[in-house]
Amino acid sequence: MNESAVPDAPAASSQEVDTCFARFIDVQKSYDGVELVVKGFNLDIQRGEFVTLLGPSGSGKTTCLMMMAGFETPTHGDILLKDQPINGLPPHKRGIGMVFQNYALFPHMTVAENLAFPLEVRHLSKSEIARKVDRALGMVRLEGFGSRRPAQLSGGQQQRVALARALVFEPDLVLMDEPLGALDKNLREEMQYEIKRIHASLGVTMIYVTHDQTEALTMSDRIAVFNDGVVQQLASPQTLYESPENAFVASFIGENNRLMGEVVEHLGKRCEVVLDSGERVVAKPVAAGGIGSRTTLSLRPERVVLLEADDGDGERFDNCFTGTVQEVIYLGDHLRTRLALCGNDEFIIKTPNAEGHPPLRPGQSVTVGWTWQDCRALDA
Amino acid sequence: MSHSSSEPLTTADGVPLKVSLRRAVRRSKLKALLLVSPLLAFLVIAFVMPIFDMLWRSVDNPEVSTHLSRTVEALKGWDGESLPEELAFAALVEDLREGQEERNLGLLSSRLNYEKSGMRSAISRTARRAADLEPPFRESLVEAHRAWGELDTWRLIQREARPYTPSYYLAAVDRQVSPEGEIVKVPAHLEIHVALFWRTFWMSAVITGLTLLLGYPIAYLLATLPLRRSNLLMILVLLPFWTSLLVRTTTWIAILQSQGVLNDMMVAIGMIADEARWQMIHNKVGTIVAMTHILLPFMILPLYSVMKTIPPSYMRAARSLGGKPLLSFRRVYFPLTIPGIAAGGILVFILAIGYYITPALVGGQSGRFITNYIAYHMQTSLNWGLAAAIASILLFVVIVFYLIFNRLIGVDKVKLG
Ligand SMILES: Nc1ncnc2c1ncn2[C@@H]1O[C@H](COP(=O)(O)OP(=O)(O)OP(=O)(O)O)[C@@H](O)[C@H]1O
Ligand SMILES: [Mg+2]
Repeated sequence: MNESAVPDAPAASSQEVDTCFARFIDVQKSYDGVELVVKGFNLDIQRGEFVTLLGPSGSGKTTCLMMMAGFETPTHGDILLKDQPINGLPPHKRGIGMVFQNYALFPHMTVAENLAFPLEVRHLSKSEIARKVDRALGMVRLEGFGSRRPAQLSGGQQQRVALARALVFEPDLVLMDEPLGALDKNLREEMQYEIKRIHASLGVTMIYVTHDQTEALTMSDRIAVFNDGVVQQLASPQTLYESPENAFVASFIGENNRLMGEVVEHLGKRCEVVLDSGERVVAKPVAAGGIGSRTTLSLRPERVVLLEADDGDGERFDNCFTGTVQEVIYLGDHLRTRLALCGNDEFIIKTPNAEGHPPLRPGQSVTVGWTWQDCRALDA
Repeated sequence: MSHSSSEPLTTADGVPLKVSLRRAVRRSKLKALLLVSPLLAFLVIAFVMPIFDMLWRSVDNPEVSTHLSRTVEALKGWDGESLPEELAFAALVEDLREGQEERNLGLLSSRLNYEKSGMRSAISRTARRAADLEPPFRESLVEAHRAWGELDTWRLIQREARPYTPSYYLAAVDRQVSPEGEIVKVPAHLEIHVALFWRTFWMSAVITGLTLLLGYPIAYLLATLPLRRSNLLMILVLLPFWTSLLVRTTTWIAILQSQGVLNDMMVAIGMIADEARWQMIHNKVGTIVAMTHILLPFMILPLYSVMKTIPPSYMRAARSLGGKPLLSFRRVYFPLTIPGIAAGGILVFILAIGYYITPALVGGQSGRFITNYIAYHMQTSLNWGLAAAIASILLFVVIVFYLIFNRLIGVDKVKLG
C-alpha cells in the first residue's frame, strides 16, 4: 500500500509542474531586532508534496511554520499560497491545518467536539458535521472514541485526534510541528506510516517539521535541511544522503567520517587532497574551493571496504590506508568498528556480520579502501 | 519460602510487623505533632473557640432563668389564659428584691426590653420599690407598674425561661415573636437588617463583577506577557498589599469627595458645573469603588494562576482551525478560565460580604454593610446575642457559597499565585 502510494504524489505534482502551491520568497525573521532567526529562506512546494524541514534545535523550523500559519509575521520577504501573498492574512482565513507538538486538543471538549470545531466555525449543517466527524475518526481509526475527553486518550490516540482535527475541514495544506516528538519509538513508527498513508490517500500538501533524520528520510518527498536559519540543502532523501552538498548536511544526515585537509590539485572530475596527517587522498570535489583551500572530506562508513592483506583487489580503490582497530561494537546484523586512521581516532567502518569476515580485535592493524566517488570534498 | 498471605508478617524477633511499624512511626508522629502544636493551639484558641462561642451566644438565653428563677418555678403549669396566681407575683417580688440587693438586674432588663419595650423601666422601677411592697402582691405590683397587670408580660417571662432562644435570629431577619407566640415582622420603622443583608449581598456581587471585569484582562496580560514585563505588572498588582488598607481607603476619600481631585478635574474641563459636583463618597458609589480597588488582587491572582496553565497553542489551534479571534476566545480560552473566575469570584465575594473598615469609612449611611451593624451591636447597643446571630448568618451564607463552589468547580482545582 505504501509502495503504491508513494509514486502517486510526485505524479500528481508533475501535472502542474509550474504552479507552485506554497512558496517562501527570501523570507527573513527576527524576534528581537538584533538577530536574524531565519535568514533568506526560499522554498517552493508543489501541490501534494510532503516537504520536511529538518534541522537541529533552535534552527528556526518552528518559526518558518508559524509564519506560514500566520502566527508570526516575516520581517522581510513574501509567503505565497496558491500564488497569493498571504502576509497580511490572519490565521483563521488561511485555511491551513496545523498539528501542534503538544497536540493542543481542547481539554474541555470531547473528541467529537474537537473535530466539529473547525466545521462549526464554517457554519456547516449539523448532519454534515456529524458525517465529516465520523469519517475523520474512521480515517485515523478511532471510531467510537468520539465521546471521550482528550485526557482519557493515550498519547498516540491524542496524536491521531490532532491529525484528524487538522484534516477534517479538508485544508489543502497541513503543517505539522514535531507531531511525533512525544511518542515512544514503536508508536512513532506506526504513526509515521499512518501519516504517510493519509497523505497519499488525501493528496494534501504537507509541511512537516522534525529534528529526527530517520523520520525525515522515511516520510518526505523532499527535505529542507536547516541550520542557523539558512536552508543548507533542499533535496530528496536519497540525494541528501548520497550527495550532501556541504559538511553540515553530510554530518547531520546519517553517519559520516570526516577528514580535514587541503586541496592540492584538481584532476578533471577529481581532486587531490593532502590530509593534516600527511596522507594524499583522491576525492570528488563538491563544495571545495581552489588549490590551497581547506576542505572537509566526507565518507559514509558503509562505503569503506575492509581489505584482506593478501587480497589483490586493493587496486580497485583509489584510496587505501592502514589503521589500527580501537573498538568493535557488536550490533547484530553488522559490526561497527572504530579505527584510528589518517589522524582520525573516530573513523568508523561497518562490516556485515557474515561468513568470510574474520572478527577484528582491538589493536589489530587493518587496511581499508574507498573509491574517489564516495569521498566527497566539501567546505571546511 | 514465600509467606502465606493469611499468616501475619513478623519481624526477625517475632514481633508482628504491624506492631513494630506502629512503634517505629510513633516517635516521628509525635515529633510532627509537637511541631504543629503551637499552630494547632493558636487555631483552637483564636478560631475554633470564638466561632463556637459566637454560635453559642446567638442562641444562649440565661437571663430570665437565672435572675427570675423563683418566678419561673411558680409559672410552671400556668396555662397563660389569665393572669397567674398570687404565688407567682410573690415569687417575682422575691426575685426582684434579691436582684436589687445584688445589683444584677441590668442584663435581665435589657434582655426583656428587646422583646417588649417598656420592660426595662418596669423592672428597674419595681425593683427599686420591691422591698416596700406589701401583700397581696398582685395588687401592689400592678400598682407599682402596670406592665405586671398585662398578660403578655407573664407570657414573655414564661417563654424566655427556656435556656435557648431563637429570638436573636428572628431579630437578625427583622422578625419577632408576637404576644400570641407567632412569628411576625417587626414594625416597619424598625426593619433594618434584611434590607442591609440584601444590600450587602448585591453590592458584594457588583464589586465581584467589577473586579472580574477589570481583573480578567490584567490577569491575561500577566499570563501572556514576556517574563520581564509580566514581573513588573505583577509588582504593580501586588503593590496595594504593601500599602495600609486605611491609606488606600482614605486616598479614595481624597479623590472622590466633592472637593476632591476627580470633581475638581471635571469642573476644570467643564464637564460639570461647580455647584453640581457629584456626590461620590459616603454613599454606595464610594463603597463600590474603594472595595473594587482593594479586592482586585484577590480576583487577579486566582485568574492568573489558571491562565498561566493554559498553553498559547490552544488559541493558536483554534485560530488555525478557522475560528475568528473573538469566537476562539469564547469557545476555547474562556471556558478554560472558568475555574479561575469561580475561585476569584468566591474569594472576592466572601471577602466583600465580611468587609468592615472600608464601608464604615466611605460608605456613609447608604453604603453601609451588615458588618457595620455587627460592630454597632457589639460596641454601641451591646446586644451581643444579636451581633452573634447576624455574624452566624453571614458565616452560614459563606459556607453555602463555598459548598456550591466546591460542588461545581472543586476546591482542589484552585491554586492561588
Ligand atoms: N517568541 C520568540 N521570541 C524570541 N525568540 C524566539 C521566539 N521563538 C523562537 N525564538 C528563537 O528563535 C530561534 C529559532 O526558534 P525555533 O522555535 O524556530 O527553533 P526550532 O528550529 O523550531 O527548534 P526546536 O527543534 O527546538 O523546536 C531560537 O533561537 C529561539 O530562541
Ligand atoms: Mg520547534
